[in-house]
Amino acid sequence: MSFRPVAYVARHVQAFLGSLGRLARNPLATMLTLVVIALALALPLGLKIFVTNARAATGDFANALDISVYLRTDVSLEKAEQLARSARERPDVAEVTLIPADQALAEFREHSGFAAALQVLQENPLPHVLHVRPTRESSSPAAIETLRRYFAAWPEVEIVQLDTEWVLRFNAILELLRRFLAIAALVLAVGVLAVVGNTIRLEILNRRAEIEVTKLVGGSNAFVRRPFLYTGALYGLGGALLALGIVVAAVVALEGPVATLAQSYGSEYTLTGPAREDVGALLAGGVLLGWIGAWIAAARHLRDIEPRA
Amino acid sequence: MIVFDHVVKRYPNGREALSGVTFRIDAGEMVFLTGRSGAGKSTVLKLIALLERPTRGTVLVNGKNTGALKPRHVPAFRRNIGVVFQDHRLLADRPVYDNVALPLIVADTPLKEIDRRVRAALDQVGLRGKENALPLELSVGEQQRVGIARAVVSKPPLLIADEPTGNLDPELSLEVMRLFKRFSDVGVTVVIATHDLNLVREFGQREIVLDNGRVVNPQESDDLPSVIATR
Repeated sequence: MSFRPVAYVARHVQAFLGSLGRLARNPLATMLTLVVIALALALPLGLKIFVTNARAATGDFANALDISVYLRTDVSLEKAEQLARSARERPDVAEVTLIPADQALAEFREHSGFAAALQVLQENPLPHVLHVRPTRESSSPAAIETLRRYFAAWPEVEIVQLDTEWVLRFNAILELLRRFLAIAALVLAVGVLAVVGNTIRLEILNRRAEIEVTKLVGGSNAFVRRPFLYTGALYGLGGALLALGIVVAAVVALEGPVATLAQSYGSEYTLTGPAREDVGALLAGGVLLGWIGAWIAAARHLRDIEPRA
Repeated sequence: MIVFDHVVKRYPNGREALSGVTFRIDAGEMVFLTGRSGAGKSTVLKLIALLERPTRGTVLVNGKNTGALKPRHVPAFRRNIGVVFQDHRLLADRPVYDNVALPLIVADTPLKEIDRRVRAALDQVGLRGKENALPLELSVGEQQRVGIARAVVSKPPLLIADEPTGNLDPELSLEVMRLFKRFSDVGVTVVIATHDLNLVREFGQREIVLDNGRVVNPQESDDLPSVIATR
């Protein structure tokens, strides 16, 4: 038999529309399946959005990882500037800010409320300070420790201070959440496969007579499988769209309270919903999972159905 | 052409349905398979339509050795055989048109061609105008004619029928048989399994009589070796 591309495409369109029609004719059963798939897909998407928002709300981690290098009080400003230049040459350092002792004292006098008391000091007790910000690539705990040791080894340095433990802990929590998200996505993907697979299995059993007749008149396994694959893909797509709706609704519901909370801390932060690439990944993932689930069920059950005489 | 050469069919439960059956049916012939229930008529049809494979021996259908046919070639093989059942096997939720069109759809036939052939097939069985009816809205005789239209719509060279008149009254049975005769007259090979001997005598066609898995009219095995030798 020669290949007829137009007829072949027409058969695919027919199978797709047939699958769509079958789902529409059983709205309750279809909706129940879609809700189960949607919940399974909404959870990882919701977690992803939570992690993204948590990162955004806490600012850029690299910016938070400043190292304060306190020089000895007998180090001159010229020497401090030379040390700052030297620090800037390191590839793992993004930015070095020198705070001269006089500037530090002036700021302290202005903001501390001890201006009168500070007047009695004979000399400036504050040292010059270098604020070192590592590059984003060198923000890991190990890289920060390397930098700390490097500055601590300078004879002009009195103390190197790292107030970054909370950031590292928070970073670790987010990493944990990311891992949890990956595991949850994997487990729930298997769940979607199982839901679609079982739904398709039941549909295959319901349509056993039709499958037998189709095979009897010469329908190939590919032909018989086609509408079930489209049904699986439609379940996946429908479930993904519903999941997107659930997540967007949750973001909208939380937007106001989050903004109010942020304002109470003097922040302009607002909750962000799923990004375009998240939506793309969700829809593509839903369709793919539905298709694969249907394929597994069809491959397993269709070969057992042969026409009877 | 159909050739059975010393065909044995034993089912997994150990029952031997055919015990060395040999016969030949030429292209364009109309042949009745007769015998009591359990004689092996349905098994012969199953082997022809490749619903079963022989345990031993050779079955040649339309020039193909069915025992050696690979599974991926079975759908194409079946597209050259029209099958009619006693219980019609129609899709109850599809209109007559869709039921008849099914063999053409699975063969990726262009839509215009499907339309032309479905209407022609319904015309042949006298069901023009019933395209949109559901099978259950039709009489038993009409349902059987839909089954026949589905079997012949793709113009297969071979038509097999298993007790096609089993549920019909004598008048309708005669009508259905006349349809089969018309297809045979235009070159279609027709094989009908039936236990209605009156009907068989009425048409006076060749008869292969089976009993307990064997052909009991021995003249059926004439001339077989030369046919097999050419394969």
